[in-house]
Amino acid sequence: MKIPFPKKNCFQLLFNLKVPAAGFKSTVKDGFILQSISNDVYQNLAVEDWIHDHMNLEGKPVLFLWRNSPSVVIGRHQNPWQECNLNLMREEGIKLARRRSGGGTVYHDMGNINLTFFSTKKKYDRMENLKLVVRALNAVQPQLDVQATKRFDLLLDGQFKISGTASKIGRITAYHHCTLLCSTNRTVLSSLLTSPYQGIRSNATASIPSLVKNLLEKDPTLTCEVMMNAIASEYATYHHIDKHIHLINPTDETLFPGINNKAKELQTWEWIYGKTPKFSINTSFNVVYEQSYLEIKVFIDIKNGRIEICKIEAPDHWLPQEICDKLNSSFIGSKFCPIETTLLKTCLKDDELHSKWNILCEKIKGIM
Amino acid sequence: GAGAERKEIISAKSASRVWAARSNALSKGLHTHPFHDPAIDLHQLPRHGGRPGAWPAATKPPSEQEKEETLKPVPQLRNVSARSRQRSLREGGRSRGSGNWIQQKRTPTLSAQIPAWHCPEPVRTRVARPLQGAARREFLLRNRKLRVKARRICIRYFQTCSNAHVLKPKYVCFFGYPSFKYSHPHQMLKTTAALQGQVVQFKLSDIGEGIREVTVKEWYVKEGDTVSQFDSICEVQSDKASVTITSRYDGVIKKLYYNLDEIAYVGKPLVDIETEALKDSEEDVVETPAVSHDEHTHQEIKGHKTLATPAVRRLAMENNIKLSEVVGSGKDGRILKEDILNYLEKQTGAILPPSPKAEIMPPPPKPKDKTIPIPVSKPPVFTGKDRTEPVKGFHKAMVKTMSAALKIPHFGYCDEVDVTELVKLREELKPIALARGIKLSFMPFFLKASHNIGIAMDTEQGLIVPNVKNIQICSVFEIAAELNRLQQLGSAGQLSTTDLTGGTFTLSNIGSIGGTYAKPVILPPEVAIGALGTIRALPRFNQKGEVYKAQIMNVSWSADHRIIDGATMSRFSNLWKSYLENPAMMLLDMK
Repeated sequence: MKIPFPKKNCFQLLFNLKVPAAGFKSTVKDGFILQSISNDVYQNLAVEDWIHDHMNLEGKPVLFLWRNSPSVVIGRHQNPWQECNLNLMREEGIKLARRRSGGGTVYHDMGNINLTFFSTKKKYDRMENLKLVVRALNAVQPQLDVQATKRFDLLLDGQFKISGTASKIGRITAYHHCTLLCSTNRTVLSSLLTSPYQGIRSNATASIPSLVKNLLEKDPTLTCEVMMNAIASEYATYHHIDKHIHLINPTDETLFPGINNKAKELQTWEWIYGKTPKFSINTSFNVVYEQSYLEIKVFIDIKNGRIEICKIEAPDHWLPQEICDKLNSSFIGSKFCPIETTLLKTCLKDDELHSKWNILCEKIKGIM
Repeated sequence: GAGAERKEIISAKSASRVWAARSNALSKGLHTHPFHDPAIDLHQLPRHGGRPGAWPAATKPPSEQEKEETLKPVPQLRNVSARSRQRSLREGGRSRGSGNWIQQKRTPTLSAQIPAWHCPEPVRTRVARPLQGAARREFLLRNRKLRVKARRICIRYFQTCSNAHVLKPKYVCFFGYPSFKYSHPHQMLKTTAALQGQVVQFKLSDIGEGIREVTVKEWYVKEGDTVSQFDSICEVQSDKASVTITSRYDGVIKKLYYNLDEIAYVGKPLVDIETEALKDSEEDVVETPAVSHDEHTHQEIKGHKTLATPAVRRLAMENNIKLSEVVGSGKDGRILKEDILNYLEKQTGAILPPSPKAEIMPPPPKPKDKTIPIPVSKPPVFTGKDRTEPVKGFHKAMVKTMSAALKIPHFGYCDEVDVTELVKLREELKPIALARGIKLSFMPFFLKASHNIGIAMDTEQGLIVPNVKNIQICSVFEIAAELNRLQQLGSAGQLSTTDLTGGTFTLSNIGSIGGTYAKPVILPPEVAIGALGTIRALPRFNQKGEVYKAQIMNVSWSADHRIIDGATMSRFSNLWKSYLENPAMMLLDMK
């Protein structure tokens, strides 16, 4: 049962369960279930951060249910160039977000539900949460063969991954979130999560690709809504809390003061790309120019998303060494981003050199 | 737990004020925040501070702004209720006063020491001196008006340092002033430290889920940065969990122990922080596994806490000194660094480098000789540092068995056996056995003379004792074959449990390495053990009274006196000896 918005005051007071004369429902225990009305990945991630930072979760477990419009979410210490096809994402308008928890890369769309289990650091227990999800699934469909693995994944029929896990542990609070594939577009998922970039050497956390399957393919009754309700009721039973799912608006500053700033920070280039651990690219590409076939070698070191060392080696006869050096030095310090590369100014007067320069830039943009 | 908090912190005034404000707000139709109550004042506890890319300050809710003009503009919302806020203040905000505190009795001494807090609303009182007599009555009267009858009041008073000659606080300030956490009243008054800044090792605390090691993924600080308590220091990752490690102290980062992508261990130092404030015997909250530093960190002997700073404690721990034995020369019996050094000097005549861990070193490697291992530490290696190796696997098992073995009352019995004939026999049989693919040593003969016994084996992992089963039905050749097999398996480390168990007693051929007499230790649950010395050529008299060159081997038996008596052992030894001295006799009696 979802409390509609007109009863906002009551709902807000429900959170503040220490009010003595409130006279509202006294639940057996504190704790609640939230569901986001927004499908913006950044806003939803900001809600997670807000609850993690500002809520006192002592004796008050919280479950947060959310879904996003098509986006790719990478883990805290991952390398987006290594994990997903950034060019394709830019073409399709799919957002890229970096979450604060660890783990691997996932694709979200409206056929995927995300569950976040908030608790104190002491009560942090991922396996318990996953067992709860399995119980919920089996409550809807008892024949369903879903098991949690040691790596905290959920496997359907022992081979298809339907859920991945990540978590964040702070000083006193911790959260564990996981996905659940109900009816995601699997072709898009696999095309987006395959990186076309070659020659990346990095210490970033690598994702482990797995075979996935949707719950809907297994059983047409397992839709997102059904799943969310099932998990919410299982959570309420387990933690002895009220089974109401409270709808929240992640942009509401009165409910969550400061949340819009959090959402903004999650969208900055510095956070999404700049937090990539140091990595290097060692690759080459071919240029066809007036029926001559050239191989251009590229060695780039990138730190904090910005180019630190750049060595683009083009054959001397095609592009003079000093022009090449100029190109290299112009890249240093700029973001490893095609948009910024476009803005690189050149003052080459020679048309031919200029066109060669442009070709090179275009090619390099292709690997960004 | 919750009970303790209630006792300590709840004050009627704050609860009633909160309630009043809240109902006020409600009646005015103001939104009360679900996660934050505007009636409860925000305290300035920034979650992150001083690091690049820190969280931006949360925007203040509009109803708060006029109240908090005097505060610094970084109100980070932390808690929901008064009680939990008090708790968090107590946990961390030692000197982070929130804006609503007023000093009522500001005396010159106090004002110098206690930071002034001010707030437009004169709602709270922090009493910083024990009130007596009329003043006390007046204070209580004033409070009574705001007291709700049902609630209890815990008013404690705080003794200033001018009067502080007690170690334990009699009184502490109420309203969640976190003084009662510390046993020393100096704590909250940042007196200029008598000692200089102490460098404290900040260890990686327990993360939970039994995680022992993590990878350092990002540093938020570098050496030389100033950090406050609860500032983020670094981000580590473990198995899909990203963990933010926050500082426990205020101070300056002196050293980072790990680089990026290195593995950090729970319980090991993460950074060194130089702290300025005097810290008294603060308990080390690190829940590390295994290694017992507890007695050095806690040092509570019959309720009396020894006073020493964390750096001094570390020094004591490294030198294996009990703080209770050291006389403190600092204020209030505080143990200073000089005290530890003096103690050390007295003890050893010089300041020695310590052995860091109290783990048992395995006894010197003489595996076949089951003499009682005298724990002699290895002579110092001057070329390099001493290495401490953890006792693992076989060594550990040996430690256990040997310790158990010493509980058995041993007795020894030694004899010499003239094995000249045996030597001759072996010489004859050796090539034949070799032709059959078996290396024939003396052991098969020794074993055949016994029953179903174990052979002590020196392998890379140490001493193991597999046994040859049912010797009574094996021929000498078969025994030799079996021995070979066990030896091969032993050197490969592949002996099975059946090979290793079921021995009745053990023969240890230490003589193949060297030695004559020995006093072997019984391997429980066996009852006897024999150590065979080297075969040496010695002159002996034969029946005719002539001197001949005899091959003499000494055997030393040890037996469990609870089961075997001297006579039995003696008879056995004689029989065994007779078989060996006359191998032909073995042929007669062999089955």
